[in-house]
Order: sequence, then structure tokens, then C-alpha cells
Amino acid sequence: MLNEMISLQGVSVFFDSCKVLDNFSLIIKNSEFITLLGPSGCGKTTILKIIGGFLIPDKGRVFFQNKDITHTPPYKRNVNTIFQNYALFPHMNVYENVAFGMRVRKKTEREIAIKVKKMLKMVSLEDFETRDLMSLSGGQQQRVTIARALAVDPKVLLLDEPLAALDLKLRKDMQIQLKTIQHETNITFVFVTHDQEEALSMSDRIVVLDRGKIQQIGSPIKVYNEPENAFVADFMGESNILDGVILDDFLVTFAGRKFRCLDKGFKKKEKVDIVIRPEDVKVVKPEDSDLKGVITSVVFKGVHYEMIIDVDSFKWMVQTTKFIEVGSKIGIKLFADDIHTMRKSKYSGEYGDYSTFSDEMYEAYEHNTNLKKS
Amino acid sequence: MKKRIILTPYIVWCIVFIIVPMVLVLFFGLTDESGKFTTRNLCEVFLYPDVFLRSLWLGFKATAICLVVGYLSALIISRLNVKLQKILIILVMLPMWMNFLLKIYSLMFILQDNGFINGILSSFGFSKFNMMNTEGAVILGMVYNFLTYMILPIHSSLVEIDEKLLDAAKDLGANYFMTFVKVIFPLSIPGIVSGIAMVFIPSVSTFILSKMLGGRQNFLVGDIIDMHFLGGIYDPHIGSAISLVLMILLLICTGIINQLQNENKSKKGALVI
Repeated sequence: MLNEMISLQGVSVFFDSCKVLDNFSLIIKNSEFITLLGPSGCGKTTILKIIGGFLIPDKGRVFFQNKDITHTPPYKRNVNTIFQNYALFPHMNVYENVAFGMRVRKKTEREIAIKVKKMLKMVSLEDFETRDLMSLSGGQQQRVTIARALAVDPKVLLLDEPLAALDLKLRKDMQIQLKTIQHETNITFVFVTHDQEEALSMSDRIVVLDRGKIQQIGSPIKVYNEPENAFVADFMGESNILDGVILDDFLVTFAGRKFRCLDKGFKKKEKVDIVIRPEDVKVVKPEDSDLKGVITSVVFKGVHYEMIIDVDSFKWMVQTTKFIEVGSKIGIKLFADDIHTMRKSKYSGEYGDYSTFSDEMYEAYEHNTNLKKS
Repeated sequence: MKKRIILTPYIVWCIVFIIVPMVLVLFFGLTDESGKFTTRNLCEVFLYPDVFLRSLWLGFKATAICLVVGYLSALIISRLNVKLQKILIILVMLPMWMNFLLKIYSLMFILQDNGFINGILSSFGFSKFNMMNTEGAVILGMVYNFLTYMILPIHSSLVEIDEKLLDAAKDLGANYFMTFVKVIFPLSIPGIVSGIAMVFIPSVSTFILSKMLGGRQNFLVGDIIDMHFLGGIYDPHIGSAISLVLMILLLICTGIINQLQNENKSKKGALVI
């Protein structure tokens, strides 16, 4: 069996002289669940459109099992899309929707009936055949689209934020169901989302994208624990990102102190970004640590408390299960495996401490402090 | 209570301009000069079976031509960009702003034996050919006058179709033709149904147009009714009876058209009458 299912080679797309994708290359393997993850406008939906055949790239080639399909129209591709807004045919019932692709392919009624039944069973919608679309919930409609797409035996299924419109509980159920379907059918899934949690819990591989470029490709564990740059670290969850300098293999300095770490292979004196996940920071008594700080805010999050700790005016985010009052003086402790070093990138400095959570509020905050100064 | 007050003008309007005239038509149609009940007028109506048949037949032909031409135009317009669509729709509507009689006069000028077309033909040495006072001229007049009412509802039902549905159809393996047959056409049926109703009914009941373009041998029901009120044979009782029969015929036709709509089970059907 071919291991390479789809390959994008040097693909570029411009919209009104604005580069959406710039010399983008990606290989999608057979039977894998790959997720394109990134903020809106990073080009992930554009990539899906190119694979689906709804957009012809301005530059570059697209290969499907080593065949060039750059200019093949969508209806001749063995690739199907799950659209975000379902796009079910309103003049047909559930059965006819699922049967659509097979009718186009001139299958016999018997074949169609068997397949529709099988597909509806797969998405747990038996006995819904004659139901009208209007009587279905959002989740049920989404499952009909999945059945409809799978009924034509695609080699690749493209999913464009299919769960975005569903509520949290349903979304989690659908994540599990999609994963199960992918396992059962062995079809390659290309999943697009901006929800990092969704990406982490479903994917075999995650492609983190920003501004039309791949920031990192890897397994969920790898991408989360060993982000390659500040963007990935920030996008994959909460993270404290500090400036550091490598002293030697396994030795790094940041926040004015030296720390043991697990990273090697950097040049001596090389400037790096240090990422520390909030759940890895240990809160201790002030006398037990060099790094002392004051708690400036505590928010209860259910599983844990999320606190902001001011250490030498750098705002750390820390997650603990123990409540500590605002204003308390505490110390924080880090072990070697809590510290991850990243090479400097163009994103260095963009993601700082936790004075604010978003760029938008950061600008407002800056603006206010400037006003106060003047 | 408030609702009723707001409704008053509408109710008054309905009574004065719809219900009273209908009752009058019914009354005149079923009485003689002395006001006594009679079915004689209704029997008179059956002196004109050919006129009724011709009206329905010409109306049917005009509607069929409007449907084909109108659907194609609406389809082409709906595929263009929004700006161009707006311009073209205004162009489609423009003839509606012109006087009905004026349009017929210009058609006559074009079709006459010494008219525009024959003028061009003869300048190339062809012999003149007669177009006035034919069935074709009447149908052309109907199509010309009522085509707009076919294009507009079909166009609006076409542009309402979600672009994503067409993508989905293509995605599932349908080429453009299949997408049209399986998705675009079924979803435009509400527009087709209102278009048919809006062209067929005025075509069948039209007058003047037929008299001016079709001559005596192409008289329609409308012309006969006209004759009984304002023309040579003044007899409002028979005129009313003919109107009554025409209304019943059109009611049946509308019922059939609506039935087509229901069979399609479309949820957002355009309302017919």
C-alpha cells in the first residue's frame, strides 16, 4: 500500500496580491488522522479547498497517490469534504441525502439501500431514513453529512471545522465518534480546527500553521511538550515564555537564575526562548526557593486554580489545586523536565508574560499605562 | 383590538374593490335584465368554446416559451457577479415601467407588413411576409409583456440557493449537469411555480393585445368580455357570465399549479395567489 496519500508541493495562493499560502509543502500519509491547526486566517481552510479541488493554487502542484490532480475538478477526485455549515440538500430527506453520491454514480437501488443503512448505522442514525432534515438537531445533521460523504467510499475525508457549531458535550461525543469512524474505515482524515484541545485529543499528527506557513508538525504530545517556537507554545495552551541564555548542555539561565534542563545541542551563550507550562510550576513556601513572588490574582477554574504570580515584575501563570490567597508571598520551584528551550524565532517577544491574555487587551493595557504616565 | 384597527383599511379595500365587484359579477351573470334568476347567460357562454380553448392554448404556449426563455435568462443572470446581476435585473424590469399599449403599438410597428422587419427584409430583396394578425404575433405579445414575471421569481429562487450546496454536490461526484438536475432545478421549483402562475393567468385573461396583434380570428376570452361591456354587443349579463366561467377555469388551473408545488414538498414555497 502506498504510504503517501496526498502531497502538496510548493503551493502558493494569493488573494488580491495578499499571500495566503507561501510555498507550502505537506505530505499526508495513508490512513492517518492529521489536523491542520491555527488561528483564523492562517490558511488552513485554503489548504482544504485545494485538496478538495475547489481552489486551484496559483503556484505549486497537488498529488494524490502520486498522480498530479492540481487541475482535476472536485467531482473527479476521490476526496470528500464535510462542510462546516453541513450543506445538506434541503429538498431531500436523510435517505436521499446519503444516497446522493451513489445516485450520481448510477448505483442500483439495492446497492444504495444497503449502503445507506450501513452508513446511517455507523453514525448511529438508524431509523432516521425518512426523517426530514428540519426535524434534526445540529449534531444529527452533522452526522448525516458524515454518512453522506462516507457513502461514496472516499480515500480521504476533509473536515472543515465540523464541530464548531456544536455545544461542548456534544462536541466531545462527536470527537470520539469521528475517531472511531476513522479507525473502522481506515480513511485518511484531514481535520481543520482552531481548537487546540480538539486537535490534541483526536490527531495522529498536528500541523500547526500561522500566516500560511507550517510552524511545526508532530504528534500531539510532541507539539505540546516540545514546541518549536513561541507561537506554537502559546497556541498549544497556556505557557510562560521567558528569555534565556544557554550556558552549556543541560544548563540554562533565565529569570536571573541558573537552571538544570534536559536540552542540549545549542551553542554556548545562544539566546533562547524558555517555555514553562503553568501546570509544571510548583508553588512552595518563599523560604524554599530563590524565585519569590506575590500572587496578584486567583481564578477558580473547576479542576484547578489559575493564579498570576508576579516574580520580579514578570507575571507567571501557575495552575495549582490548592487555594492560596491573593497578596500571599510564595516561592516557585522548577525541575529540569519542566523547562523546555526553543530557538529564537520571529515570534520571540510577541508572547510575553501574563499581564494580559490577548494581544488586544495588551494594547489597551499599554495604552492606559501610557496615559497614566503622561 | 389594535390589530383590527390596523386591518380596517385593508378590509374596507377588500370589500369595496374585491368582494362587491365579485358579487356584482355573480349577480349579473345569473340574472336577466329584469333581475330574475336565469341560467340563460351561462348557456350563452357555451357559444364560445373555441375562444375559451384558444385562450387557454395560447396562454399555455406563451407560458411554455416564457418558462424556457425565462429560466435560461434567470439561470445565466444568477451565475454572474452581484453588480452585473443588479444591472441586468433592472434591465429585465425596465419594460414594466412602460405603458402596456405603447408596447403593443411598438410591436405592431415592428411586425406590420410595412414595418421594421419587413423593411429590412425587402431592402435585402426578400419578399415581405405576413406576421400581423397571426397566432404567433399574439403569443409574441404575451411573451414580451409577461416574460419579466417569469424571470424575477425564478431568479430570486436561484440566487437563494446556498453556494455550499453546489460545492457539496460537486464534492459528491456530480458534474455541472448533474448538479443542475439534482440540486439547482429542484430547489428552483417554487420560483417556477410562481412564474407559471404569474404568466399563465394574465395571458389567458388578456385582451386588446390579442385584438391588436391577432385580429378578428384570434379573439380571446378577454376580448369577448370587452365586447359585451364596451363593444358592439352590449350585454353585461352575458359578459359577467363569461367572466364567471373564466374565473372558475383559472381557479382550477391555479389549483393544479399549486398541486405541483405541494408534490415537490418544498418548505419555502413561494405563495401563488
